[in-house]
Amino acid sequence: MTHGTDGRTLLMIVHVSKAFGGVRALSDISLEVSKREIRAIIGPNGAGKTTLINLISRVYPPDQGQIIFAGRDLARLPTHKIAAAGIGRTFQNVALFKGMTVLENLMLGRHPLMRPGLLSSGIYWGLAQKKEVEHRAKVEWIIDFLEITHIRKQIVGALPLGLQKRVELGRALALEPTLLLLDEPMAGMNVEEKEDMVRFIFDINEELDKTIVLIEHDMGVVMDISQRVSVLDFGVQIAEGTPEEVRANPAVIKAYLGTVAHTGTG
Amino acid sequence: METLPQLLVANAHKYGHRKIAMREKAFGIWQPYTWADYLEGVKRCALGLAALQMQRGEKLAVIGENRPPLYWMLLAAEALGGIPVPLYQDAIDREIQYVLDHSEARIVVAQDQEQVDKVLHVKDALPRLETIIYVETKGMRHYRQPFLLPLSRVHELGQEFERRQPAFFAAELTKGSADDIAIIAYTSGTTGAPKGVMLSHRNLLSNAQHFLQVEAIRETDEVMAYLPLAWVGDFYISVVLSLLTGLAVNCPEDPTTLMRDLREIGPTLFLGPPRVWEGLLTGIQARSEDADRLKRWLFRLFMGVGQRRAGYQMRQAPVPLGLRLLYALGHFFVYSPLKDQMGLRHVRLAYTGGAALGPEVFQFYRALGINYKQIYGLTECGALATYQADADVRPDTVGKPLPGVEVRIAETGEVLLKSPSVFVGYYKNPTATQAALEEGWLHTGDAGFIDQDGHLVIIDRAQDISTLVGGTVFAPQYLENRLKFSPFITEAVAIGQERPYVTALLNIDLDTVGNWAERQGIGYTSYMDLAQKPQVYELVRGEVARVNRALASDPQTKGLSIQKFLILHKELDPDDAEITRTRKVRRRVIADKYADLIQALYMETDHVRVTTTITYEDGRQASLESSLRIQDMTPVEEGPDGPAPTQSRQPVREG
Repeated sequence: MTHGTDGRTLLMIVHVSKAFGGVRALSDISLEVSKREIRAIIGPNGAGKTTLINLISRVYPPDQGQIIFAGRDLARLPTHKIAAAGIGRTFQNVALFKGMTVLENLMLGRHPLMRPGLLSSGIYWGLAQKKEVEHRAKVEWIIDFLEITHIRKQIVGALPLGLQKRVELGRALALEPTLLLLDEPMAGMNVEEKEDMVRFIFDINEELDKTIVLIEHDMGVVMDISQRVSVLDFGVQIAEGTPEEVRANPAVIKAYLGTVAHTGTG
Repeated sequence: METLPQLLVANAHKYGHRKIAMREKAFGIWQPYTWADYLEGVKRCALGLAALQMQRGEKLAVIGENRPPLYWMLLAAEALGGIPVPLYQDAIDREIQYVLDHSEARIVVAQDQEQVDKVLHVKDALPRLETIIYVETKGMRHYRQPFLLPLSRVHELGQEFERRQPAFFAAELTKGSADDIAIIAYTSGTTGAPKGVMLSHRNLLSNAQHFLQVEAIRETDEVMAYLPLAWVGDFYISVVLSLLTGLAVNCPEDPTTLMRDLREIGPTLFLGPPRVWEGLLTGIQARSEDADRLKRWLFRLFMGVGQRRAGYQMRQAPVPLGLRLLYALGHFFVYSPLKDQMGLRHVRLAYTGGAALGPEVFQFYRALGINYKQIYGLTECGALATYQADADVRPDTVGKPLPGVEVRIAETGEVLLKSPSVFVGYYKNPTATQAALEEGWLHTGDAGFIDQDGHLVIIDRAQDISTLVGGTVFAPQYLENRLKFSPFITEAVAIGQERPYVTALLNIDLDTVGNWAERQGIGYTSYMDLAQKPQVYELVRGEVARVNRALASDPQTKGLSIQKFLILHKELDPDDAEITRTRKVRRRVIADKYADLIQALYMETDHVRVTTTITYEDGRQASLESSLRIQDMTPVEEGPDGPAPTQSRQPVREG
């Protein structure tokens, strides 16, 4: 079965369901993300947001439905090819090599793009050397872009969370993805760090032409940053639209606040 | 060779692509520019400016950090007979507005979005400003104003211009003469509005040539360009000396990476104002506190050895053999690793200048075996007036006059200078020019004297010399520098003019005191909170007591001990005009702004209330009320003498 992408759509989720044992995490979700869009996925705890991100990045396959990315069905792609296919992600709890430096983490992010074999890499000669220099140049470009030059050679584990999150974003960027999945990029940050992160997400979207799907709890950020918002509740998509539309949607208010009558205390 | 750009052409011919003129750390790598690249960069910028119809004598404002394209722009303006006006990169809106307005700049070169934003904020008030050229494009995509041009676009315009007029650049270059103005450097002065100091090519080149007669600076030297472009000291080294000698100029990646970049480059020539040297020293002191006992013991032992050796050397006495042996050992254990940490391992010539330095700081660097010297000069005298020869270094003087420089002490005690490098005048300010120049003698505004060996000694700014009620005369700066030697004190303002005794307003160093507090298990939320902790007062009291003991032991400073101090609730900030961009205390502003606090230091009270209005960088304002402790240094049992006075106080000032 083929789903025609009109050239503007980058990611299509078609009737996707996922259950873990008896728990239905996602039921019959369908959504489309256009190229260069910033899409926020919101919803109360346990709504299935992270499950959706995990499905897109092929942490596990869907029970039903299709996930089509750039015209390819991701279900047919083995997990380890996802990164090379152009999907990068960050995690809710920062997933970096904490004992390594920022630079090393970012270089690792490029690993899926590294071609030379074991032997030539091992002796660091010829093509391997040339490629390594090219990779380093790309990584340095990202370091400059994300303004983390001052911590280039610091051990990641010793950095404050706000910077770790930025490093993780850099690691995801290092593999030159077309689609970036950000799982709560601003969790645990102070206002200043959040403002910085918002600016970087905009820059990545606009200057690097990346499509971004992000999960976020800070509604202020979501309203500022995203072009469209998908709202999940109990594994079902209950609304989709511009931030303004979603904010005015009674079903969304209900999902967040229980009943409309309670808004006064919200 | 009459002008700086003409020198550049000569260097490009001499060295071509064979020698590095500049490096810039970008993308993690030191990107080199040869002398041929340098000329090419300047030429491309100049043609671009020509395409924008830059006229001879026109001012070009440049604002940003030390980056090769900005240096190129300075020289590009000069190549066309224009006059560069560099601005402090951390200048705030009203300062930028003043300089742009006063200098009548039509074109501004801004390094990045941050600087562009600042210029845009004040652009409406600047009818003459037509074009803003920006170098870094990051974040600039939404800026649609037609008067904003990326540097790449300016280069394109320059290429088109060159096609129409291929001989233009060379022709303009040869028109340059030594008496053209090479730079207008706005001095941030401790009083009044900034003044634009006009220096000609002749001023700068003659000064530097005289300096080169006495100091062996070579084409193999490496310098770090990290000081503000607007400070004449940076222009003097990074442009004038570099063009004259061929030495290489290195631009750090970012101010925050300076220390690492210093270590990577290992400059051979290093100029810093006292605040930089004090900062480096504070870093070392703080780290020695964190080290284990053995290391601390070694540090203390060998710093003592180094100081004794430096003492012999400065007296020009032979160093005893035992001390020489110990010093060799210290070199291995302490001096060499420390210098390496600071990036000063290869330094042949280290200078402190721009303000007075405390003797302890001076001793420290001499003890490390660094060829550390004082220099003295003013923007108005083409940068340098005195220097210390390698074998004639002393902590308490600024050395002897440079060749070509005459020094005289006026009857008032003011230092007067005469030389071919004394400036042309203040831009559009003949009154100030007349006041500063009398029959060719430049009034420095500094009080000083010439000692028996012909060395110039600077006491302080003439207007700052203070007299206590009892008639004791003192230089506040001297006391302040003694205080600032403490790693816990970053800023000090000594007070005593027409007062019964000396007092001080202090700023603590948030990093070192914060570290100390952490080790002591003292929690704090902010600078203000930390500054008012009783334990911090006790810590600082110990430091002040040490200074007082040193003052009491010297017959010249007896009776100047600091009797009371308070730690200010905020750090003195150039944005609030409390200190200049080069971190000189603006006494009048402080005397006015903190009048209530100063008053309280001379009353029978142990605290004072203060209300401050804080303006955040985004313009929001907030008001804070707090109580500041006043520490009495007089050795009485506990607290102030006599019963506690009533709580009545002057009304708290607003803002």
